[in-house]
Amino acid sequence: MKFKPQTKQKIAFILLGIAASIVIIPVILILAILIQRGLPAISWQFLTEMPRMGMRAGGIFPAIVGTLCLVFCAISVALPLGVLTAVYLVEYAKRNWWTRMIEIAIVNLAGVPSVVYGLFGLGLFVIFFQFGSSILAGALTLAIMELPVIITSSKEALMSVPRSFREASLALGVSRWQTIRHVVLPNALPGILTGAILGISRTAGETAPILFTVAAFYLPRLPKSIFDQCMALPYHLYVLSTQVPNVKPALQYGTALVLVGMVFLLNLVAIIVRARIRSKKQW
Amino acid sequence: MSKIETKNLDLFYGTFQALIDVDLVIKEKMITALIGPSGCGKSTLLRALNRMNDLIDGVKVTGKVLIDGKNIYEPGTDLVELRKKVGMVFQRPNPFPLSVFDNIAYGPRTHGLKDRGKLGEIVERFLSRVQLWDVLKDRLEDSALDLSLEQQQRLCIARLVAVMPDVVLMDEPCSALDPLATQRIEELMFELKKDYTILIVTHNMQQAARVSDWTGFMLLGKLVEYGETKQVFTNPQEKQTEEYITGRYG
Repeated sequence: MKFKPQTKQKIAFILLGIAASIVIIPVILILAILIQRGLPAISWQFLTEMPRMGMRAGGIFPAIVGTLCLVFCAISVALPLGVLTAVYLVEYAKRNWWTRMIEIAIVNLAGVPSVVYGLFGLGLFVIFFQFGSSILAGALTLAIMELPVIITSSKEALMSVPRSFREASLALGVSRWQTIRHVVLPNALPGILTGAILGISRTAGETAPILFTVAAFYLPRLPKSIFDQCMALPYHLYVLSTQVPNVKPALQYGTALVLVGMVFLLNLVAIIVRARIRSKKQW
Repeated sequence: MSKIETKNLDLFYGTFQALIDVDLVIKEKMITALIGPSGCGKSTLLRALNRMNDLIDGVKVTGKVLIDGKNIYEPGTDLVELRKKVGMVFQRPNPFPLSVFDNIAYGPRTHGLKDRGKLGEIVERFLSRVQLWDVLKDRLEDSALDLSLEQQQRLCIARLVAVMPDVVLMDEPCSALDPLATQRIEELMFELKKDYTILIVTHNMQQAARVSDWTGFMLLGKLVEYGETKQVFTNPQEKQTEEYITGRYG
């Protein structure tokens, strides 16, 4: 059978359109189901109360606090380390086999499955450094996971600062480090922050890395220090869905909705920060 | 009085030799112009004088550059001190994305001056120096990027002279500007000559003839001819120079 070129084009466009539209379907379905079934469970009590009766009633407050703690501790380790690495690679390091090794390592770090990070964290932080199952061990594991995202986006942000700014500063007799501190970093900051937030939102929802390193099955109290275990939303969701019999489905969907909402909120912040800085940026 | 002297200066980008055996003596408080076709090495020579070429990977320099009698390619030379003394204005105006005030104050601030009042005096003094004070005194907190290109270039010159250099290197400082703005920047250069030794790279021969006291003509990495501007333009000693300035070459 032979078609005219116009007809072929039409068929191709329709197929391409369908393929692109399929991408939207799972997103809409996930959100719709979560909101429809989870929203009724959401209430002030649900967000601020301890779980009761073996998690079959009450709220998810400790899991929310736990996730926030983990996210905060992880980023306060990963951000400085990642930014310093990026500054070194972009501003100081010469291109040689050593910097290529570092770059390959970063790419590979991004490709490691999350469960492997979990086992690595268990081996290194929990057992070898004897931090035990604790926020410290979990946050450090998450920090390593965030590193590639933060380094890559920081590098891009640093490289996007025009060369002419650096030259202008150096030609005034300003040292390289002062140039980085006063000219390069302030102008790269929005990009770095966006990367940081994306790094956070990626790890906030991870279950496997915290499974062996920090997450508590059922701990209806708040952590007192970074050496405490804590509950966390993703693991709590996993537990509610598979480990505890007779849980009201609304609780499960409500927890999932809170988790997705938190990650969504973080991404939204990143998008807003980026858009605002972009509109201000004049170079 | 010679301020800068290059002796047997060679510069390589990797295997490409961009400067070949350049010997140049630059007089203090004069304007020296470097002319020549694109790619002749004039910008490279300019950047060799405050070691801005160091930023490029694979650059190798042999020979000497003496500034006030001291070889700046001597190991252990303090680049920060060198560039405080030998500053640079670039082809495209490159103010920082900061306010007018912060642009001028940037140099003195990073060199340790914190007193807001003193910084204010400096800003006024150097904006006046480039005839921007009257126009901008009420717009000190505006972003420097909102200024016209000419004002931006003046601001960059003010930002540079605020760190009190001896030598000002200008790399085609007017090529982004219209003819009127160019003329006004040239007037400013005359005015600055009283206090600074100025080197300007330009591919605008009229500009070189108008503003400079001394002119060097470069071709393919060599300094072909160097002399007083009047002599170079009216009675060039080399055939290549004559061909270039009469427009038959380049």
